[in-house]
Amino acid sequence: MSGGEPVRPDPGPVTAPDAPVLDVAGLSVAFRDGRGWREVVHGLDLSVAAGTCVAVVGESGSGKSVTARAVLGLAGAGARVRADRLDVAGADLRRADERDWRRMRGARAGLVLQDALVSLDPLRTIGREIGDPLRLHLRMPPAAARSRALELLELVGMPHPALTVDRRSGELSGGMRQRALIAAALALDPPLLIADEPTTALDVGVQARVLGLLEAARDRGTAVLLISHDLAVVSRMADRVVVLHDGRVVEQGPTAELLGDPRHPITRALIAAVPTEVPRGAPLSLAPHGADAATADRPPGPAPAATSAPGLPSSGPPGAPVTATRPPILEGLGLTKSFGSGPTRVLAVQDASFRIEPGRTLGLVGESGSGKSTLARLVLGLTAPDAGEVRLDGGPWTTLPERGRRPLRRRLGAVYQDAFGSFDPRWSVRRILRDALAAAGAETSDAAVAVLLDQVRLAPGVSAQHPLALSGGQRQRVAIARALAGSPDVLVCDEPVSALDATVQARVLDLLDEIQRERGLAMLFISHDLGVIRHMSDTIAVMRSGRIIEQGDAERVFTAPEHEATAALIRDSPRLVIRGPGSNR
Amino acid sequence: MSDLELSNRAVAGRSLPRPPRIGTVLALAFVAFLAVATFAPGLLQTTDPDAIAPRDAFEPPSWAHWFGTDESGRDVYSRVVEGTAASLLIGVSATAIGLALGLLLGGLAGLGGRVLDFAVGRVNEVLFAFPGILLALLIIVLWGPGPVTATIAVGLSTAPGYARIIRGELVRVRTSSYVEAARVLGHGRARVLVRHILPNALAPLVVLATLGIGQAVVWASALSYLGLGAQPPAAEWGAMLSAGRIYITTAWWLTVFPGLMIVVTTITTTMLGRTLAARDGSRR
Repeated sequence: MSGGEPVRPDPGPVTAPDAPVLDVAGLSVAFRDGRGWREVVHGLDLSVAAGTCVAVVGESGSGKSVTARAVLGLAGAGARVRADRLDVAGADLRRADERDWRRMRGARAGLVLQDALVSLDPLRTIGREIGDPLRLHLRMPPAAARSRALELLELVGMPHPALTVDRRSGELSGGMRQRALIAAALALDPPLLIADEPTTALDVGVQARVLGLLEAARDRGTAVLLISHDLAVVSRMADRVVVLHDGRVVEQGPTAELLGDPRHPITRALIAAVPTEVPRGAPLSLAPHGADAATADRPPGPAPAATSAPGLPSSGPPGAPVTATRPPILEGLGLTKSFGSGPTRVLAVQDASFRIEPGRTLGLVGESGSGKSTLARLVLGLTAPDAGEVRLDGGPWTTLPERGRRPLRRRLGAVYQDAFGSFDPRWSVRRILRDALAAAGAETSDAAVAVLLDQVRLAPGVSAQHPLALSGGQRQRVAIARALAGSPDVLVCDEPVSALDATVQARVLDLLDEIQRERGLAMLFISHDLGVIRHMSDTIAVMRSGRIIEQGDAERVFTAPEHEATAALIRDSPRLVIRGPGSNR
Repeated sequence: MSDLELSNRAVAGRSLPRPPRIGTVLALAFVAFLAVATFAPGLLQTTDPDAIAPRDAFEPPSWAHWFGTDESGRDVYSRVVEGTAASLLIGVSATAIGLALGLLLGGLAGLGGRVLDFAVGRVNEVLFAFPGILLALLIIVLWGPGPVTATIAVGLSTAPGYARIIRGELVRVRTSSYVEAARVLGHGRARVLVRHILPNALAPLVVLATLGIGQAVVWASALSYLGLGAQPPAAEWGAMLSAGRIYITTAWWLTVFPGLMIVVTTITTTMLGRTLAARDGSRR
């Protein structure tokens, strides 16, 4: 550790060496609901020992984040927190008031949140943000606080710490902000570090570095409480896993044992939802869900509808030259697009060429800012390329004027990351789908809407709802139904599951897979998540700084990447590692 | 989204259909009073607002004369009721003029492309540089005083504010992902404009207009008070204030009651505007 001796302010009551740093028993949290209380966490027990990492996993709404906040006294003014025991680093916090909490936060427990952009004050420099807890808790003079902040930035691997220390959060990238936040959380070297979805919004490379930092903190003796819905992340660094569902612990145990031999259905569903190791075409979700039962009797493998694309290889033999024999439905030829002009000109996409055959999926992967979404906009004809063209079914597409493109638009469907934002806020599901059917020149009856909803396994009753009343997964299903309204040949999916929980993500991916097989749809599937890409794609294109640096059969790209950056992406992406019981760490 | 946010939203969602607040009920009752006073003042008046009774001049408020009498013995309450129509007409018409002009300028800037946006933006900034009331005074100097001129003047001077808000809303909606989604579906420009952009961008106008009426009433009264709007014999609130000003030390009721009407009208429209805004916000 380059930061010299760890500074441990206000040591408080000395704890026995093996006493847990975080010790919670019978924790319950309730929120005011009208006149009564609605309990969201029911009698939870949790303990984290020094130098270990305990992960709390569960779907959203399971009470993970509320638990993490309650432990820090941050559950909110409308919340009622009760516990039989609530000890942090030896201090009993059951009766703590706001002053006690303030003294505890930072000194005894640090918090790392998902969204570093809103967790850092945009008007203050990183140096001040990190130095403040030092000045506040240790009364460190400004100069000393600054040099300690520099040390911490170096510790978390911030590039050019001497420059970064005077920057504000808006001037940093997402990964740099997250590292600054971790530096701030580590400033007082607290015995407990709580990380709430610390890597969810980050690219895989950055994600790996951030997890490395948390691991390093744990190995220095910090107790780490990791909140996550991503078991791949958890399997990498947690010693113990606690599975939450509806505010209760349904299963817990050492990571290897729990992941290797899950007992509870919720745990099994969470494990099955990790897409990385599941072969293409195999379902990710375990039980048939809701209206899915209607499709359960369908034989596995390509559905009869797929015969519209004769000779469709189910997953394609690796490196097979089939790709050259069938005409592509969608083809990109030397696409180039830049934004701005002069010295600030940015080449978002550079000389990108690709082809997608009917019934096949091209997975487009790359870090944020690599030009994936610009490429999607070019394909959808929303922005004109500077050079090159996109051809649809052998005919021109991007070279057509908008008037000529409009009648062809129904052949391309689009699914976005933010399904909710893609709906007119005044419209009900029925109106959204009717509008899409009308655009395709199809019948707009209630029956037609019900058929669309059925295709995405939603009950017809959903049509009367406003998207606001739907869950994230349901919204994305409605968005898929809208994209299917025109019976498209190609579906462009731009990060369609990135905003969803692991288990919901699994169900939406399964749905897309089924629909593709039923209809022989071609898909352009964009994601930053390699696990998802690998599960969904026949061929893969890897983008970096606007260029497609590698392209080929999915299995070939994953098993024998040609480009160094691809290899790094694959190496850094978290995957579910299930070791045999007893071999933990 | 974190679990915490989810649960908070669930809580908020459940308590949505609550009964209207007492303030809203009072505001609506006052609006009803104003409506009757405008269209059928006779129903509310106790005497003829223009009947002169020199013997009863400067009577303080009493059972016979709720708001007292003025220097000619006219009933102040009946005159305040009589003046509602004039004051509100100026306020509502001025708001309508301001909104219409704001729609035109904001629409050009928000939908007309980069050059028009730039041009309208600069014109708007010049107009913004003048305080509104100064702009109104300038217009009156050019066209002479009177209620019609005052209305137009207030309308013109509120237009830049509306234009700016309308432009912002249009740009926000035009670049939203649901408008893009509609384009991807293959809808034409006109349909996207009519179905998505206009309804979503202009929905906040209802709120703006309601808030604007109160402001316009204050401005119109200010102009009348200065003798630049409705002229003194007319029972207009601003003109009544102006006429009562010289007796303010002896007959406070001559200025307090018309003033109270202006204040309560403004508060009422503002409150209703806020309620509408809150409801609009919770729908999004």
